[in-house]
Amino acid sequence: MTSDITIKTLRLSKAYGHFKAVDQISFEVYAGEIFGFLGANGAGKTTAMRMLCGLLEPSSGEASVAGFDVYRRPEAIKKRIGYMSQKFSLYEDLTILENIRFFGGIYGLTYAQIREKGKLLTAELGLEAQAHSLVGSLPLGWKQKLAFSVAVLHDPKIVFLDEPTGGVDPITRRQFWDLIYAAAARGVTIFVTTHYMDEAEYCDRVSIMVDGRMVAMNSPEQLKLQYKAGSMEEVFYQLARKAQRSD
Amino acid sequence: MSQATKVLFVQMKAFVAKEFHHVFRDRKSLLLLFGLPIAQILLFGFALSNEIKNTKIGVFNQASDSESLRLIERVEASQYFEVSEILKNAQEMEDIFRAGKAKLILIIPPGFGQDLVHADSPGADLQIIADGSDPNSAYTVTSYLQNIILDFQKGLNPAEIQQRDYGLVTELRMLYNPQLKGAPNFVPGVMSLVLLLICVMMTSISIVREKELGTMEILLVSPFEPLLVILSKAIPYLILSLINLTLILILSVFLLEMPIHGNLLLLFAVSTVYIITCLSLGLLISTVTQSQQAAMLISLMGMMLPTMLFTGFMFPIENMPLPLQIISHLVPARYYYIIVKAIMIKGLGIAAIWKETLVLAGMAMLLLLISWRNFKIRLE
Repeated sequence: MTSDITIKTLRLSKAYGHFKAVDQISFEVYAGEIFGFLGANGAGKTTAMRMLCGLLEPSSGEASVAGFDVYRRPEAIKKRIGYMSQKFSLYEDLTILENIRFFGGIYGLTYAQIREKGKLLTAELGLEAQAHSLVGSLPLGWKQKLAFSVAVLHDPKIVFLDEPTGGVDPITRRQFWDLIYAAAARGVTIFVTTHYMDEAEYCDRVSIMVDGRMVAMNSPEQLKLQYKAGSMEEVFYQLARKAQRSD
Repeated sequence: MSQATKVLFVQMKAFVAKEFHHVFRDRKSLLLLFGLPIAQILLFGFALSNEIKNTKIGVFNQASDSESLRLIERVEASQYFEVSEILKNAQEMEDIFRAGKAKLILIIPPGFGQDLVHADSPGADLQIIADGSDPNSAYTVTSYLQNIILDFQKGLNPAEIQQRDYGLVTELRMLYNPQLKGAPNFVPGVMSLVLLLICVMMTSISIVREKELGTMEILLVSPFEPLLVILSKAIPYLILSLINLTLILILSVFLLEMPIHGNLLLLFAVSTVYIITCLSLGLLISTVTQSQQAAMLISLMGMMLPTMLFTGFMFPIENMPLPLQIISHLVPARYYYIIVKAIMIKGLGIAAIWKETLVLAGMAMLLLLISWRNFKIRLE
């Protein structure tokens, strides 16, 4: 049994013609850990993540998520993961409760579960008063927190977060990470891409992608030791400046 | 109900509910949805009939006898004319036309009644002068007036007609049958146009909007089947289109006094087939476009013009050059127009329209298949 490993890839690649967006990456993510997926723009993070979520078919290599093969059982994977994209992923013209009802519904929760989760979630975020107001009217930080809570509504084993805190102020980012910690404490594996190197410090382990390849993977402490750097910022800079391509 | 079906039911219900929220929250789409059919029906209905209904007519009555007054009464009593000017002399005529106070002037010569009644007279003369600056409408209203005069002539003592030739100079050739109002021609046309526009535009926009907003990605990551995404997108618009159809029919029947001779149930059943064809077209457009503007443009330009041209309610298809006639066979509205006319006006049953219905159903299947394939490819 791969009881501890929830994501496993072996030489996973995605090529568009001659362009190798993702070039033979191999890594493992353990259950319940916060795994930071770092890289400059165009390094191939989003492509890799999309392959793991079943949005994109890999060109070659192997990958399994939550114990299921990405080629053969994408529908089994989809039931067990949550996903939050770079773009805001809730419907702004729906109220908070309507969004919860919708996402709960398409993930196959029962009405009783949806009602209960809806109450719990709004209470947790302190949004009870706003439960019936349109999501579009909320401040960005609250929207992001709400989006995360909705992404883990169906108790997924793994949640994929694609630059979830873009454009949010530091305080809200900190609060957002509290939510992430809480989810991780419940045993949810967090797979998160980010630009912010202070966020990289919050992760249990991070990997760094440069030009489609994975050039480093370890805990932030080990990486700082290895590269004799004071912060993840410096580690990242040392690695990423060798990049040949950008956007 | 098995567990899987139950889940499916919950998923679909959640999705359809969400779509209705989208529609009812968006003023623009609501306006499009219900404003368009109402505006079209009113526009076509009254633009086409208003002019004929209350055409202003001037009368220069030089006879002023009882026969001439009866004739004028007759003209005024018809819903087509409104006597707006009573002329006192021939010089006023020019001014009336220049000022646009009347489209027609009816001149009744002195001694009209005498000439009409007396056996030894060669017959009575009337003169109609029309404003020829708009030849089409001048021709039409002149024909209407002639028809009224003919009626007037027939209304005179019928026994005397047998014996005497009154010699009222009227042209009997009718270009436009006043009993056949405009509505039967354009209501089926408006129905096919409006349903097409709404179904194609609203579905394509609603799907492309999800792509633009990034929520499509979320849907595709969810366990909800792509095919079901398509289906759930179509269901709300199918329901809204049927409501729309009802609205159009109610307006036509009560406002335009257009009868429905055929089976209403059949009309709705066949309309559902047409609506599904249009929805499939919208889905197809949504799979090949990336922005709401593009979807809107293709729906409007790519659908509206061919539909207006090739449906046959504005321009007869038989008069078109052969290549255009062939193209017209690709336009779904063409078949629906034939179907609606057959059911509503001729009161025919399924036997008369099964071929057209089959063509529409075939088109829908083909379009759905292509859009489903396209949609799947987009995933990978």
